[in-house]
Amino acid sequence: MIAWLRHHGQALRLGSRKVSVLNALVIGIALSLPAAGTALIESLRPAGERLALEPRISLFVAPQARRAEVEALGARLRADRRIASVRFVPREEALKEMSEVQGLSEVIGALGRNPLPDAFVVTSKQDIAGELAKLPGVAHVQADAAWARRLAAAAAIAQLGVAVLAALLGAALVAVTFNTIRLQILTQRDEIEVSKLLGATDSFIGRPFYYLGLLQGLVGGVVALAIVGAVLGLLNREVRVLAESYGSNFRFAFLPLSEAGLVVLLAAVLGWLGAWLSVHRHLRAIEPR
Amino acid sequence: MVSFSAVAKRYPGGQEALKDVSFSLEAGELAFLTGRSGAGKSTLLKLIPAIERPSAGSVVVNGQNVASLKRAAIPYLRRNLGLVFQDQKLLYDRSVFDNVMLPLAFSAQAPKEAARRARAALDKVGLLGREKANPIQLSGGEQQRVAIARAVVNRPAILVADEPTANLDAESAARILEIFVAFNQVGVTVLIASHDRTLVERYGKRVLRLEGGRIA
Repeated sequence: MIAWLRHHGQALRLGSRKVSVLNALVIGIALSLPAAGTALIESLRPAGERLALEPRISLFVAPQARRAEVEALGARLRADRRIASVRFVPREEALKEMSEVQGLSEVIGALGRNPLPDAFVVTSKQDIAGELAKLPGVAHVQADAAWARRLAAAAAIAQLGVAVLAALLGAALVAVTFNTIRLQILTQRDEIEVSKLLGATDSFIGRPFYYLGLLQGLVGGVVALAIVGAVLGLLNREVRVLAESYGSNFRFAFLPLSEAGLVVLLAAVLGWLGAWLSVHRHLRAIEPR
Repeated sequence: MVSFSAVAKRYPGGQEALKDVSFSLEAGELAFLTGRSGAGKSTLLKLIPAIERPSAGSVVVNGQNVASLKRAAIPYLRRNLGLVFQDQKLLYDRSVFDNVMLPLAFSAQAPKEAARRARAALDKVGLLGREKANPIQLSGGEQQRVAIARAVVNRPAILVADEPTANLDAESAARILEIFVAFNQVGVTVLIASHDRTLVERYGKRVLRLEGGRIA
């Protein structure tokens, strides 16, 4: 057990000595792209949700309502401070709008009378659709969720893009590590051959390389987070000015701690994978003669 | 300790290095393996640590048939052997001391005990004063002695040397052979390949002569 720990300690020392700053930088820059993308999406999500919370609400007036009742309802809506804007759509106008849609004019003509009710379209920052439905003379309320749906779709596309980027650059990380380890194995060819002759096992010889891949990925992950932090800091200086002009205190936030940890962990695992592939391919090829 | 029976070795391409080799080394024995260049001495020695595998026959080392040994078991076989090569195979990126420490790195030796053993091995070959030097600074004979120290540092029961005196002057060669004789006197089984028959015959030990792929 003590010998096992000592061997791992030794391998860790040997591996850490070979971590190249330049390689870690390459890995870090590659990983910073999806990491920064994730941070941006995560930051925009609450802003998008605020937008989606200010939807249009359509109020359909009961068909039997008299003109005076409709006008009273309109006045009441305009008086409500929570409502940003009110637009009245008379049933005649709604019918006109509808008959302009191709193919519907004949259908409406066949009906003989106007089936549409009067309507109000209001916008509000608050979720008051349920309350408005209870007002006298209101037959039906429809909260327009299209905006929220569009935004969710855009977010999904952005997220997919970041995921594809992460997968591609993750593969690049594995390839970079694979090649680093291959060169390292070739450089240490004599030592590996002599070690094999003297009775070193493959796992003993391979261990420093595994640690090298793991550490290089780990350092690369930390470099990526540093880059993301620096870039967001730079962006926020400008974003602050822009946001304040809109009366908002919006800032791009750094990745949540759990996701930052995930970036580093993933980088380390991918580095280890690259090392494993390289060691299995190249170490066996070196046999003493 | 080491036993060859009806061993043949053909290389891919049809070259037949060994045809039918049978001999046995008892524990504590010292024997020389002689023969002209190309007689198959190196091939025969390489069969013992499973650097090469026989095409036919069996090679038994320490009670294990090397011919059928699994790949994963080979390192453990080699740890019980001391190997000395004609070209020493020292590592020139580190000191003499670190070269001798190399086999101890992958055994379960505690660092203090390992360092003590490495110094003891260097002392036995008369190089304790040069432990901090780089092997490149040493003479051919001294480098070969470093290789011997590295071979014996794990206290193997069997020592196998391939032309350890090939590139050395007579005086250095004699000194190297005396070191092997000294190890043999404390019970180590030793097999030394050499093409220098006058040097070999001076010791009056058992001589295995390899001719045409057979022990003559």
